[in-house]
Amino acid sequence: MVDVTHGVAVPVAEVGDVELYHPRSWVTKYVFSQDAKVIAIQYSLTALSIGLVALVLSWLMRMQLGFPGLLSFINADRYYQFVTMHGMIMVIYLLTALFLGGFGNYLIPLMLGARDMVFPYVNMLSYWIYLLAVLVLVAGFFVPGGPTGAGWTLYPPQAILANTPGQQWGIILMLVSLMLFIIGFTMGGLNYVVTVLQGRARGMTMMRMPLTVWGIFTATVMALLAFPALFVGSVMMLLDRVLGTSFFMPSIVLMGEQLKYGGGSPILFQHLFWFFGHPEVYIVALPAFGIVSDLISTHARKNIFGYRMMVWAIVAIGALSFVVWAHHMYVSGMNPGFGFFFATTTLIIAIPTAIKVYNWVLTLWRGDIHFTVPMLFALGFIVTFVNGGLTGLFLGNVVVDVPLSRTMFVVAHFHMVMGIAPIMVIFGAIYHWYPKLTGRMLDDTLGKLHFWVTFVGAYAIFFPMHYLGLLGVPRRYYEMGETAFVPPSAHTLNEFITIAALIVGAAQLAFVFNLFWSLRHGRPSGGNPWRATTLEWQTPETPPTHGNWGKELPVVYRWAYDYSVPGAAEDFLPQNQPPMPRTP
Amino acid sequence: MHIAIILALIVIGSVVFHFLSPWWWTPLASNWGYIDSTIIITFWITGTVFAAVVLFMAYCVYRFRHREGSRAAYEPENKRLESWLAIGTAVGVAAMLAPGLVVWGRFVTVPSDAAEVEVVGQQWQWSYRLPGKDGRLGASSVRYVTPENPLGLDPNDPRAQDDIIVQGDNLHFELGKPVKVLLRSLDVVHDFYVPEFRAKMDMIPGSTTYYWFTPTRTGTFEVLCAELCSTGHPYMRGGVVVEAKADYQPWLQQQKTFAELSKPAKASALKQEGVTRWDLK
Repeated sequence: MVDVTHGVAVPVAEVGDVELYHPRSWVTKYVFSQDAKVIAIQYSLTALSIGLVALVLSWLMRMQLGFPGLLSFINADRYYQFVTMHGMIMVIYLLTALFLGGFGNYLIPLMLGARDMVFPYVNMLSYWIYLLAVLVLVAGFFVPGGPTGAGWTLYPPQAILANTPGQQWGIILMLVSLMLFIIGFTMGGLNYVVTVLQGRARGMTMMRMPLTVWGIFTATVMALLAFPALFVGSVMMLLDRVLGTSFFMPSIVLMGEQLKYGGGSPILFQHLFWFFGHPEVYIVALPAFGIVSDLISTHARKNIFGYRMMVWAIVAIGALSFVVWAHHMYVSGMNPGFGFFFATTTLIIAIPTAIKVYNWVLTLWRGDIHFTVPMLFALGFIVTFVNGGLTGLFLGNVVVDVPLSRTMFVVAHFHMVMGIAPIMVIFGAIYHWYPKLTGRMLDDTLGKLHFWVTFVGAYAIFFPMHYLGLLGVPRRYYEMGETAFVPPSAHTLNEFITIAALIVGAAQLAFVFNLFWSLRHGRPSGGNPWRATTLEWQTPETPPTHGNWGKELPVVYRWAYDYSVPGAAEDFLPQNQPPMPRTP
Repeated sequence: MHIAIILALIVIGSVVFHFLSPWWWTPLASNWGYIDSTIIITFWITGTVFAAVVLFMAYCVYRFRHREGSRAAYEPENKRLESWLAIGTAVGVAAMLAPGLVVWGRFVTVPSDAAEVEVVGQQWQWSYRLPGKDGRLGASSVRYVTPENPLGLDPNDPRAQDDIIVQGDNLHFELGKPVKVLLRSLDVVHDFYVPEFRAKMDMIPGSTTYYWFTPTRTGTFEVLCAELCSTGHPYMRGGVVVEAKADYQPWLQQQKTFAELSKPAKASALKQEGVTRWDLK
């Protein structure tokens, strides 16, 4: 590691500094801004706002499951509309947008020592198209028939047929919104990739990049490859719905009436959907992996353990995630022979994933652990991610999936692994970087309260839920009704889960309050409150101004993890700190 | 300090919950005990890993918490440790995957003596078809569906005439006799799901899917739809009965064939067909 920690050879800049576009008015500075930091905040606030809608939807769903009939306006139509919108919002419009559009925009230029993204104008367009996508999605709530209730997987033929809620306008708006999202994302995504490849400061080699950037970078490359499959699927389904083509529609008799469709393949859509949908899981997970690595390292004052292995694990997971999609389709009726291949690839992906878990825990080993709020959320992430990842070994192993698929076990699994776990990282990251955004710390007491209720509460929601699935309770049931094999105790458990969900949801209000309250009343943080090594903490001003670095771009001399280096006076050495003069 | 205790409590609580939970799978009624065994193996391996990782973390969190003057160690990598952990993980993964694939091999290999039975799903009911005396199911297509021919059997296929149609009633299975369940849907994706059999499979409009099993326990079991099929999804229920051969045969005798069911309607159906053809010209 000598070359990494004490590297002296810094390549000379090949191109000079480029003149930045400078905003001239309030509107171009804060609204139609081309500054990645402003765009990041716009992305984040939009994503968090729509996320609050999804949170309310989850409350309504849980009320129906725990106390059926108590809220009389939740009929079956509305229930399925809530299910669908909750799922789609959380996966695409919150998690993907926040990790890539929010954290990506803020952290990539700052962590790499760049002044901005490479294509600032396209970057601005990316946000406004994303906002349009969100508005089109939300419009579904206000059109006749309401939003689509086809389930977030939108499986045809059901998604576009007459008996499905939102068949009039909802499904059209959903598909158009997805297409807009993908267009907007592509603009942002190309930016992130080119900036990482071309915009790094002198000395910032790829293998000196913080893992946060590695996670976001790899996830973006994956998203650029995976989203087109969803785009194509959306276009075809839109044509089936609007023009009556039959890409996904076979001959159908609906309620005794012969429809004019024929010859299409419903399962083709499932392949397109999951060819996007599985990488999507890692598009959310890899940025979370990267960020949590940096949180753990910073707050344990110790270098991340096995950096090179961590980078290769991210890349390996990214590549493998493109050959596992059909594990969502073991009981879809596809050729059962596929099961052998996809079960094998799926379980292989557990190996690089496990290595990452070991390395996080081994980073704690012999560390100097500060129980800051970001660290608490990072620890919460490890617990929920390990739990959710391990139940993935049930569902990935084709024959075990047969009884468990389509049950509450699946709901519990994916909420634990790609709901709670990444959201733990999002919270940790917000508590971690909020001081850089605002110059003030978030309130610690409120933060700890937020963490404990969210972590313990979420675990209490989703851990027991697996056992409902094991019992055989199917997912996506508006009501269970009288079912011989479901004992009354299962209903009691449902009530418990609902109450826990209401409490966890309420705790998020404390977080929202904290965000606003600390803006004015938070303790001033200074430029580097966590005494962190990475470049974003070394900006001349906090919050960083337009152009990030003042006159001189930083020069990088070391990797991102020089914590507690023997012989150094401080327990951290910033990446832009020149090597210590060697004693003769 | 208290974070370490809570992490340990989460492990202990999860393990205790697992063993005391009143929510466990339904008593098995098919030959797929192999699947249950594979789940048990998976529980042991994953449970051990979960407990080990989180307890180790709890220990680290306690032992290496920040105290005045403490400082972290500096150890960027440890090739040996990393390799051993990777190898250990690979062994654990193989221990779950290998039995899983063996059982999957059985799951997809239908025994040659399996009887065929067809399940037809439509919003929001189940119908069934059994081969008649010729032992074979006749051709079918959604295009043939009429009120008189709700399952869309080909009226011109002689093999379809003696097919037995079961509507609005439970499907019966003969105890101990392997059965290949052919799955067909007339409208959207459904999934024929009997928890006690462990097996399930989607039914896709436009194609026929299948799975097989051997019923091993007599009784009446509930059928649920396990794939979202619009608002009636939770109400798409049915029942199956597993019974010994002595009880199964009388039930089978009572059922009506396609020919018997369509006889009164046949004349008018043909007439209607003639009219349609004339119109097309």
